[in-house]
Amino acid sequence: MSAVQDLPAPRGRRAGAFRGRVNEFSGRHRSMSVMIGMAIVAAVLPVLAVVPPFSSFQTQNAWIDGFTNAGVFVLLALGLNLVVGVAGLLDLGYAAFFAIGAYAYAYAASPFGNQILGIDIAGLLGDAAGLIFWPMLIIGALVAATFGILLGAPTLRLRGDYLAIVTLGFGEIVPIVFLNSDELTNGTNGIGGIYRPYLPGIGSFSAVNPWPYYVTMMVLVTVVMIFCYRLAGSRLGRAWEAIREDELAAAANGINTVTTKLLAFALGASTAGIAGVFNAAKLTVVSPDQFGFVVSFTVLAMVVLGGMGNFWGVAVGAFVIYTINNVLLKTLNQFFDTLGIPILKDIDFIGLQFLLYGIALVAMMLLRPEGLFPNSRRKRELHAEVTEPGQDEMTLPEVTEEGGR
Amino acid sequence: MTAPAATAEAPPARSLRGAASPALIQFGIVAVALVIAFGVLGAAQFINALTLGAIYALVAIGYTMVYGIIELINFAHGDVFMVGTFVSLSFLTSLGFSGAVTDPVLLVVLLVAVFAFTMIVMGLVGVLIERTAYRPLRNAPRLAPLITAIGVSFILQNIVQIFYGPFQTNSPQIFPTDWFITIGDVQIPVLSIFIVTVAVGMMIGLQLFIGRTRLGRAMRSTALDRDAAALMGVNINRTIAITFFIGSALAGAAGVTYGLQYGVTRFDLGFQAGLKAFTAAVLGGIGNQVGAALGGFIIGFIEVAAVAFGYGRWGPAVVFGVLVIVLVFRPAGLLGQQVGERA
Repeated sequence: MSAVQDLPAPRGRRAGAFRGRVNEFSGRHRSMSVMIGMAIVAAVLPVLAVVPPFSSFQTQNAWIDGFTNAGVFVLLALGLNLVVGVAGLLDLGYAAFFAIGAYAYAYAASPFGNQILGIDIAGLLGDAAGLIFWPMLIIGALVAATFGILLGAPTLRLRGDYLAIVTLGFGEIVPIVFLNSDELTNGTNGIGGIYRPYLPGIGSFSAVNPWPYYVTMMVLVTVVMIFCYRLAGSRLGRAWEAIREDELAAAANGINTVTTKLLAFALGASTAGIAGVFNAAKLTVVSPDQFGFVVSFTVLAMVVLGGMGNFWGVAVGAFVIYTINNVLLKTLNQFFDTLGIPILKDIDFIGLQFLLYGIALVAMMLLRPEGLFPNSRRKRELHAEVTEPGQDEMTLPEVTEEGGR
Repeated sequence: MTAPAATAEAPPARSLRGAASPALIQFGIVAVALVIAFGVLGAAQFINALTLGAIYALVAIGYTMVYGIIELINFAHGDVFMVGTFVSLSFLTSLGFSGAVTDPVLLVVLLVAVFAFTMIVMGLVGVLIERTAYRPLRNAPRLAPLITAIGVSFILQNIVQIFYGPFQTNSPQIFPTDWFITIGDVQIPVLSIFIVTVAVGMMIGLQLFIGRTRLGRAMRSTALDRDAAALMGVNINRTIAITFFIGSALAGAAGVTYGLQYGVTRFDLGFQAGLKAFTAAVLGGIGNQVGAALGGFIIGFIEVAAVAFGYGRWGPAVVFGVLVIVLVFRPAGLLGQQVGERA
């Protein structure tokens, strides 16, 4: 990590001494700076929710709830970023792992699921049945990772778009399987009555109080983000980047490409598994229609728009897209009603939600194809490309720079 | 893993040029496949499958052409097909037709009109989409146009939903569905024959267009090497626009036939149909029109077979399962050429 300091830091110098010192600190204490950053974010968001103009959209509790849901997508985006952004494997069926994590929790923590597994969590733990949530975060991740490996093993030798298509197929198959295996999954209705998380001292989380979920989510995001940073800086992370840039060269340099790619799939999937467990515990119901292609695609859009490979960028991208789509567009009506702007007041924005979402996606992509916060390395690649149009994957013969992300 | 060998030996070709030599073998494969399918399904289901397959094939060709020329998975294409069903039904209802037209002359005139109108409108829509959402991103990172494609897909769905609502809309079946040709004890709906004929006719026409005309040659050369084609005086922008026009027009034609065959449509029709058609394109070997047609028919057969054997609900899963298996064992698709590493 000391290599970071030795590199020239043109950005820091330009932006002034304070910025430089922050950069230096974050380069040296990466985990600590993630924790500090997330703590600031977690503290600022609830304050923002009560400040105009945000307060005119909805109540603070509704905002907190929305932020928590956005957190689910931040987790998903961080996980997919490992697969797509860092390792360069295009996965269009990422929602499948989300679904697997959610159903894993549903089996462990609902009367219906327990009956199928032949266990009785509620009988064992009584009111504290939701305690199972905490170990299930890890078990759900492991289950999803297992499926990631199962999917990856036969398909990872495919390249580029073909891999994308196979994952797309997988992403379609998983919800169909959950939908059609009636006896095991209760079909369309899904599995309901899932226990909410339970924490000694707080008791069972409740639907009316979004704060425990919010805090839990912030902790999860922090942990996953640290995990991602650590991974990306590790030998494995560098191996992923090498594969992304040039698989043949990576293999020639002694990287076991199969294992490395499988690990990318497994670790990406495990993050989705965690998000799935959390989401199931929050909604208390899982059903196949929660995990369609729209989810896979939305997460991919978050990763691309945030800036592939840049963890903070991806997290912000996920947060922004989720908030635009699920909070702003849904509450625009109220907003314009309160403002009383004549023409805008009469438009039914809820009916137009997906239209506006589509337009927003196209517009954002046209304005900034490299994402809002591009990975510094990728940005250089794009600039290098100006002289060579038509090449979308460049291989740069330079040493991996750790400090860039 | 096999990559080093592949890069060394494979010709760096994507085939919009599939037309040339192996065509005979390809048609042979198709014929054998058809015979097997007929044996498995029986006559009535065979005809159903053929009709459905023809529709998928028309949509799949659009995917394959666009992918062949700019390597973009055009996720909006399924929705172009869906919009096609609505354009066709609006055209017919605005002329005051709601049911079968039995007067042969009027029927022919109407069919020609509705196909021409829908295909031209959809072709223009396709060009418009390319112009606004894809062309500005042609040199952007690979994933950028993919995102706009799906954004366009949302936009199209929502526009249709605004005009026609979220429910099923009836489409006038101007072609009488009770006309049959009886061979032995098998009743063949004339509509099915018509649809398959139209579809196959269009495919052959497209093959001739790509293989024999100047524009077709421009398309092939652009697919092969865009920069070199530009240096040889090919107008790249125009060629790509024409590719989109043709692909979208064929999707429009598929929309018309879908309306004639099934009589209903809905705003979200394009998503599933698009995925399946895309699967078809990949199955046949993406970039290869004959392959896309073959893939379309195969998907049609798989779906109808799933229904026939009582696993209708599993149809999509079977389709994608087949896709996964084919890609794992034959990544370039059934008729695709082994393409070298494209990284």
